[in-house]
Amino acid sequence: MKRTPMYEKHVAADGRMVDFGGWELPVQYEATGIKTEHLTVRSKAGLFDVSHMGEITVEGRGAQAWLSSLITNDITAMRDFQVQYNIMCTETGGVVDDLLVYRYSPEKFLLVVNAANVEKDWEWFTAHLPAEGVAIENLSSKTAEVALQGPNAEAILAKVADFDPSALKFFHFRDPATVGGIPAIISRTGYTGEDGFEIYVDWERGGELWDLLMEAGKEFGLLPIGLGARDSLRFEAGLPLCGHEYTESIGPLEAGYGFFVKVDKAGGFIGQPVLKRQKEEGLKHRIVALRLEDKGVPRHGMDVANTEGRVVGHVTTGGYSPSLDANIASCYVQTPAPAEGEHLWIVIRDKPKRGVVVKRPFYAKNYKS
Amino acid sequence: MAKIPQDLHYTKDHEWIKIVDGMGFMGISDYAQHAMGDVVYVELPDVGRKVKAGEDFIVVESVKGANDVFCPVSGTVAEVNEDLDGAPELLNQDPYANWLVKMEVDDPSDVDALLDAAAYAKLVEQLEAEES
Repeated sequence: MKRTPMYEKHVAADGRMVDFGGWELPVQYEATGIKTEHLTVRSKAGLFDVSHMGEITVEGRGAQAWLSSLITNDITAMRDFQVQYNIMCTETGGVVDDLLVYRYSPEKFLLVVNAANVEKDWEWFTAHLPAEGVAIENLSSKTAEVALQGPNAEAILAKVADFDPSALKFFHFRDPATVGGIPAIISRTGYTGEDGFEIYVDWERGGELWDLLMEAGKEFGLLPIGLGARDSLRFEAGLPLCGHEYTESIGPLEAGYGFFVKVDKAGGFIGQPVLKRQKEEGLKHRIVALRLEDKGVPRHGMDVANTEGRVVGHVTTGGYSPSLDANIASCYVQTPAPAEGEHLWIVIRDKPKRGVVVKRPFYAKNYKS
Repeated sequence: MAKIPQDLHYTKDHEWIKIVDGMGFMGISDYAQHAMGDVVYVELPDVGRKVKAGEDFIVVESVKGANDVFCPVSGTVAEVNEDLDGAPELLNQDPYANWLVKMEVDDPSDVDALLDAAAYAKLVEQLEAEES
């Protein structure tokens, strides 16, 4: 298994190490566990080692036009030093990956992609690269990343950053910057539904960064957070996970993220014709948010049935929500999907358990704008 | 090292059982609750259900996933621990005080075929060594 620069820190903190897509990372820490870690991020702050994520740069005269042709959102509308959420689709409107696009200028972008898809994305980019005008570089193995998330994140960062983080707006980034003297790229972004920052440094400085943030965060109740809580937090906040809410067949419109898909974007993009047709003809499937009323915990892959007992879809993500103290599920179902307040049944070990459709996100965000 | 009370019998799947006045109280061990993580729901069997040794008859749902619990010895479910309904976390706090099922055991001497505390401790020691 591959190890991040913070591996020793996790072991010393009693992290329960697991194999996460070939990376040895903590799913939780023994003293706390997933539930406590989750709740601490929402009430104080948490620090996540996300060095396994991928970072790819795109530069050149043709960078903007080329990148735009691969992704669904409109990067031409971005300002420099802004971050934009994007989805990269296949010809059939399924999803290759979702990613963040950091724009330095129309000729320079930094892409942050899912850890599980770094190689796949790199091959996709390479296969679609034009003869000239665009140069791409994979910096994943040279870049360590942490996420500092929670209501106390800004106060913690203020102690160690070389700028006032209150000036950094949501979905914007700062480069150059330093954290405890370490050169860093810092964005006000995250995957938890809380206010927070994602901080990128050179691989070798990862351990140092981890220590200084943990020290700075002590007085604010900062805890190290494992992968288990990372998933429960993002799920509560209504954020998608590639492979669950997005797949080869479940595209961004069906998943409910049409806001980030500009179907009439000038210049076009891979998957545009399929997505445009879906929008015009109406979706055949939708993902709805369900809160269980009967007892039982829904899990990924379980059947979802309608009021007549007919299976109409499956659970893309399901589980216990610590912040709501309820069991919740994202359900990919045939349209017409039930509306808010109506019901669906999740088949848990052959027994149908009733849930009520709610509005996503399950848990409302606390973003600083 | 996980807690292992001396006066109980154990299975290799980390269940414990104690016979009191002919009735069997069973639950999961400290090692099991620790491995599962935060328990969020316990699906208990119906009272009156007949179960065979080794049959899965309880599901303990933790934040991470569903865990099957197997019946240590054959018998009939007489009572289930309803405290766990509103407070599943009790199972993490004290897996020995918070039994799961009380059952009429078909043959109390069946527990002799299970692991005693010393044998279970050996098993746990081995598992914990593999994990570190």
